[in-house]
Amino acid sequence: MQPKSPPNPGRRKFLIGATSAVGAVGIAGAAVPFISAFNPSAAAEAAGAPAVADISKLAPGEMIIVEWRGTPIYVVKHSEESINEIDKNLERLADPNSDTEVQPSYAKNKYRSRKPGISVLSAVCTHLGCAPKYYPQLGVVDFDSEWQGGFFCPCHGSKFDLAGRVYAGVPAPDNLTVPPHYFKSDDVLIIGEDGDLA
Amino acid sequence: MVTRIMNWFDDRLPLTATIERHLTKYPAPINMNIWYLAGVLLVVVLVIQLASGIWLLMNYEATAEGAFASIQYIMRDVEYGYIIRYMHTTGASAFFALIYLHMFRGMMYGSYQKPRELLWVLGWLTYVLLCALGFTGYVLPWGQMSFWAAQVILSLVGSIPVFGEELLTWIRGDYLISGITLNRLFAFHVVLLPLALIAVVFVHILALHEVGSNNPDGVDVKKFKDEDGVPLDTKPFFPYDVMHDLYAIGVFLIFFVTIMFFYPDGGGYVIEYVNYEAADNLKTPEHIVPSWYYTPFYAMLRAVTFPLFGLSAKFLGFVVMAAGIAIFVALPWLDRSPVKSIKYKGIYSKFFLALFVVSFFVLGYLGSVTSTPGRTLAAQIFTVTYFAYFFLMPFYSKYEKCKPVPDRVSLS
Repeated sequence: MQPKSPPNPGRRKFLIGATSAVGAVGIAGAAVPFISAFNPSAAAEAAGAPAVADISKLAPGEMIIVEWRGTPIYVVKHSEESINEIDKNLERLADPNSDTEVQPSYAKNKYRSRKPGISVLSAVCTHLGCAPKYYPQLGVVDFDSEWQGGFFCPCHGSKFDLAGRVYAGVPAPDNLTVPPHYFKSDDVLIIGEDGDLA
Repeated sequence: MVTRIMNWFDDRLPLTATIERHLTKYPAPINMNIWYLAGVLLVVVLVIQLASGIWLLMNYEATAEGAFASIQYIMRDVEYGYIIRYMHTTGASAFFALIYLHMFRGMMYGSYQKPRELLWVLGWLTYVLLCALGFTGYVLPWGQMSFWAAQVILSLVGSIPVFGEELLTWIRGDYLISGITLNRLFAFHVVLLPLALIAVVFVHILALHEVGSNNPDGVDVKKFKDEDGVPLDTKPFFPYDVMHDLYAIGVFLIFFVTIMFFYPDGGGYVIEYVNYEAADNLKTPEHIVPSWYYTPFYAMLRAVTFPLFGLSAKFLGFVVMAAGIAIFVALPWLDRSPVKSIKYKGIYSKFFLALFVVSFFVLGYLGSVTSTPGRTLAAQIFTVTYFAYFFLMPFYSKYEKCKPVPDRVSLS
């Protein structure tokens, strides 16, 4: 036997619609804490204090690794030779003029550094976040026959020059990021703050 | 007495009916061959993983500070802890080896074709869940490879245009891979994903028993039935199949325990050596290699080195890799062949299936070694041939000449 149709179909329809709408709002509201709990917690947000590095002992051609916000920052002091030859591989670079904004304005120059001769680079490959390896030597290396010194990512073979500029034809899309930094004195580098921008 | 107990249950639960439907009266085709063992063995491995996983959980500590040490504790101090852990790591590799065989069986005999499309989709879903389980589980020991695998794989999300970076931070719960990330992957690995996997496997088996098993000839065994309505070319699943499955399980376990006892590292493939080093967020290992069961897709990721249509190479690589896994789900609708089994399909289907297998293995190799320009080119070529199997299927499966399919199964 067919059940009798309800006496007020319009009213039924309205009630079903209204109940569903209120139910949907309730579910959306209940989803808020579940989605928000995935965001970085207050403690995680607070953990981003600037890092201080002593660069007085850094010799030309050497690199030190400084930890800032849990990621490695490479601080490289370039040798005289590499400063002079920084533009030798220009035609092989994807963004030689640093047009993509992955550096503060004070590092948008040929050396991508605030102070010529000292590069401060985030060692997070712009491809998938591995730490590229430092290969300062010039000439023939495993992965390149005309290497001008720089960084090579072991994960997927991305190449960067000593200023952190990415080569064309590698998986990484952008130059290495230059984190905000300033030199408190000749020997003390602060990473994580822009300092005096004048 | 037994009858009375069964009657008591049957009045309250469809016990006898369920046993008959799924065991004693489930008609299994008589020509099922060795390829049909993978499904049963997958269920065995699922049980092994659940048991060993629960026992590992009793001693594992899901914190960035304690995770690595707790694995060492399990390996050295917990009685038989090393066996439990090796059981779980060997089980993970066995899981993937078997599901690849199981999927290949389906591709070979057209088991995804009508009326088994939904069965195939559910099976594909278990594969995706397994991939997620493999990844999340891999991170838990918090070794070097755990950490950097998490870094690389989660960074893929960051390549999504516009909101990728925000999404990545939301998923990590931090601005870098940290203990917070570890904790949530842990929750997924031990609760969410296994629950989902068990549920989908259950529905997968229900769907199988609704449409019935395919067979190497791809013929419909339900076409010819005896006077009781039982398909002629079938036998009851219990006891006939269960008995020979038990034998196969025995043989499988011999291989399984041989690896577990004597070669738990599997030559660096089951457990990667780099992961014996604790996670170091400042130092990437020399060679980042995923577990062997992901290497074909990893090779695809690396093969995309050029931007296209204004999208970055990184994002496109992610898309290609995801497509490599996702494309399987489309098979029922890509195959236009009038026949199911490769036995009766034409020469093109055979060629492309062989090409697919070759591509899969070559990509698997390329994904496990470091990249050079030559290898990148090879990966690009074999990525194309891998997808050719799928994307050209609507054409070659439709226009090729098939052999006539017999009415009844053949036992040759």
